[in-house]
Amino acid sequence: MKLWALVSVLLVGLLLLWAEGDIPSFGDASAPSYNYVADRYITDAYNDTATKNMVTAILADYRGYDTLGELTVIFTAGVVVLLLLRRGGRL
Amino acid sequence: MKQDVVIRTVCRLVVPFIQLFALYVIIHGASSAGGGFQGGVIFASAFILIGIAFGVADARKRISEKCTVLFSACGLGIYAGIGILCIVFGGNFLGYSFLPLPLPVPEIRGLAAEAVEIGIGITVMAVMTSLFFDIAVDEEAV
Repeated sequence: MKLWALVSVLLVGLLLLWAEGDIPSFGDASAPSYNYVADRYITDAYNDTATKNMVTAILADYRGYDTLGELTVIFTAGVVVLLLLRRGGRL
Repeated sequence: MKQDVVIRTVCRLVVPFIQLFALYVIIHGASSAGGGFQGGVIFASAFILIGIAFGVADARKRISEKCTVLFSACGLGIYAGIGILCIVFGGNFLGYSFLPLPLPVPEIRGLAAEAVEIGIGITVMAVMTSLFFDIAVDEEAV
């Protein structure tokens, strides 16, 4: 069981290291996220969502899927702490 | 363990305002700084303040541990439920514009984003309170 966990962690780590080469370098002005999406959000966010706060429009509307994942991470963290501390490690 | 009477009185006075401010931050997220994550943490801080001033056992009486687990699942359910509702009415997952409300599309998307923020707020509040309950040492039990 522990061996399988180690193997899967190593595999995912190698996958991430392999994919790391495609990330644009830090502060790269020609990165896609600075050129296409950002302009679109700034010009269209209010017309699309009638929300004055652009951050909320991006967070809850354009990137709703991402925020759902974030919320799941928080929920999982709470459940794990509950399992480990409140129940003393008994699953 | 109960704190000094001054601390308890001030805490009792301040807690309703903290909770009201938390609700304001959640609801006002659409038009000014704020949102579900921030508001949820502020709401949880009210319970943590009660726990510090009156003892953890008293805070557990205000919101039970079972309640926190239930609420944390509820908030996630609200978020995912709105997403699935969009599928039911023929759109994509979280495609808010398909919700059948008698409003123009931008307004529907704004409202759905606001409802989603409320779900985020409930989950963050419950998880933060649950973490506090799990980590805090119960003086009466020791």
